[in-house]
Amino acid sequence: MNVQNYVRKRFLPHLWCPGCGHGTVLNALLRSVDELGLSKEDIVMVTGIGCSARMAGYVDFHTMHTLHGRALAFATGIKMSRPELNLIVPMGDGDALAIGGNHFIHASRRNLDITAIIMNNHIYGMTGGQFSPLSGPGTTATTAPRGSIDPAFDAMDLAKAAGATYAARTTTFHVRELQKMLTGAISHKGFSVVEVFSQCPTYYGRKNNTGDAPEMLKAFRDETAKIGSKTLDENPELIPRGVFVDRDAVDYGEAYAELCRNAAKEAPRC
Amino acid sequence: MQIIIKTDWCKSCGICAAFCPTGALSVEPGEKARATDVEACTGCGLCERLCPDLAIEIIKVEVSI
Amino acid sequence: MKDIRFIQGNEACTLGALYAGMDFFAGYPITPSSEIAEMLSGELPPRGHTFIQMEDEIASLCAVIGGSLTGRKAMTATSGPGFSLMQEALGYAVMAEIPCVIVNVMRGGPSTGLPTQVSQGDVNQARWGIHGDHAIIALTAGSHQALFENTVRAFNLAETFRTPVILLYDELIAHMRERLEIPSEGEIPLVERLMTSVPRDVDYRPYLAREDGRLPMSDFGGAHRYNVTGLYHDMWGFPSTDPSVVRGLLSHLVEKIEGRENELTFTREYETEDAETLLISYGSAARTARQTVYEARDKGIRMGLLELETLWPFPERKVRDAVAGVNETVVVEMNLGQVFEQVRRVARSPERVFLANRIDGRFITPPDIRKVLRIIAGKGVWA
Repeated sequence: MNVQNYVRKRFLPHLWCPGCGHGTVLNALLRSVDELGLSKEDIVMVTGIGCSARMAGYVDFHTMHTLHGRALAFATGIKMSRPELNLIVPMGDGDALAIGGNHFIHASRRNLDITAIIMNNHIYGMTGGQFSPLSGPGTTATTAPRGSIDPAFDAMDLAKAAGATYAARTTTFHVRELQKMLTGAISHKGFSVVEVFSQCPTYYGRKNNTGDAPEMLKAFRDETAKIGSKTLDENPELIPRGVFVDRDAVDYGEAYAELCRNAAKEAPRC
Repeated sequence: MQIIIKTDWCKSCGICAAFCPTGALSVEPGEKARATDVEACTGCGLCERLCPDLAIEIIKVEVSI
Repeated sequence: MKDIRFIQGNEACTLGALYAGMDFFAGYPITPSSEIAEMLSGELPPRGHTFIQMEDEIASLCAVIGGSLTGRKAMTATSGPGFSLMQEALGYAVMAEIPCVIVNVMRGGPSTGLPTQVSQGDVNQARWGIHGDHAIIALTAGSHQALFENTVRAFNLAETFRTPVILLYDELIAHMRERLEIPSEGEIPLVERLMTSVPRDVDYRPYLAREDGRLPMSDFGGAHRYNVTGLYHDMWGFPSTDPSVVRGLLSHLVEKIEGRENELTFTREYETEDAETLLISYGSAARTARQTVYEARDKGIRMGLLELETLWPFPERKVRDAVAGVNETVVVEMNLGQVFEQVRRVARSPERVFLANRIDGRFITPPDIRKVLRIIAGKGVWA
């Protein structure tokens, strides 16, 4: 397949830095859309603010670039109004889980059929390399010159606890796995989350001496392991990858449609 | 095998060359990615999937003998 | 047979919204506006329309914008603290030109303030709550009949000018019960969304204004794929920092509202023809002002009332003309003089403009106004 069929070519090359993982997430997402046979007209992409949010400009779908952290709230309005559309909401880690944390947990709880992608580069990129709630203690950032003391969220634990019915984590090194998870998330009925570790060589990399983009990808390879694997059992310090949650539950859109059908049988009220 | 590199989209990050299992690609400092050993390409598609710039396309050309 | 109700203002607003064809509501509970959400949670589902209670006011207005873009007449309702949280999305709706209605039932502020008591302190917040240069439409009402009509009008203006419209009324109107005669179907004309005639697969430009300044829409997620953003954008909706694009868009956003004072400003006049003393008021305070006028007329005093139903854009010409012919003007409101400042700004003799107000959460009464009138007349407070 040619991913270029799904992009607005006049806006490329994109503005992401050389080696930025966000382009790889976009790459996998377009392959997933192709694999699912979705039409460009069936997809709405809603983004917030930050490096991640720029994705909306590049894809030839219905696109909405909104406010920092609020993408899921906008997407909720669209999905409630037009349930037949596929809502895909890529967000950054700060976007999704700092300023947008409340919207994230409530979207997870509600279980409206939206696919959230958390492009987790462990840093605020667009504003110049400040630590995020997913950076974790010890991360050096422009607002943590001596290393961050802030504990990090585990996005999968958070999604699971909040009620997301599909939650998976992978990295931009594991590109086939990434496409598979995105396909799983988009076809899942209910709220789905895919967290993708995405390298930021410009800020996270330079501040934390990780080396260049290929070196960061090697770290994703070496510091993660699949759930249920022998490697993970033997090395519990590794970060688990895989599908953490995949369960059936009542989709909010369907529950609302049923509420409407039942209410319509009552006598008019006003 | 045909490796198409859209050089005006390539940002020379070096990921494709670093992970190509057969060394078919190379990225010299400050230059765009190049297919330096097309014969070695097995068409695995890893480079086109890893490329953050959507700049690589692998086309499998069937050759009849 | 006429449909006559004896109901709360919040119910009048809700019925007005349903009359206008509102089919999407997202909100968050807050006193003194909650009755709107409560009523709509019962009314919208049987119609197959959307009611959703969001996690906060921020999300509520974001969801409303999403609903509107996809073709719905969308609304939220809140009060001061919630309206503060909505400013971010309100700015987005202004920038992206999303028709929607935001009801702010005013209570005492700042902060949590006086949740259950009356105030008119959010007039300037409605105008300047969001950052950056912009224009805004804000309507108000002093009776349930006017509230019903202005709710419908708010939706009509939102659709006509592709803009958020704020409906600002106070707690007293919200919770007071009075008579409402529901207009029959068609009695108040409804403005439906102007849709593009550009066919599928032909270049549609969502931000290209027609000669009359209106921008035909295409339901988001429908025939045309386009971009929506809160950044300065070109006619296709894609971000731009080109100085001519930036200047052009800002001028358009401001001019489409500020340049239409005659179409957008609504007022009512009582006994103004020969008035020597003019009261200017709005919302529930205008009821007190009207009573004061009638009592004055009974005593042969030439007093009149100009009641404002549009607060923003400020009805400059109407106010300037009304003020020009009188000896003195008294602005009656329940804040520290937010409309008073505007009247002074436009009056040719600002020294003849006075303020009669209350700021203590209690309703302003005719004696409150008469005290100010006596002081103006040099008579002292005590009669």
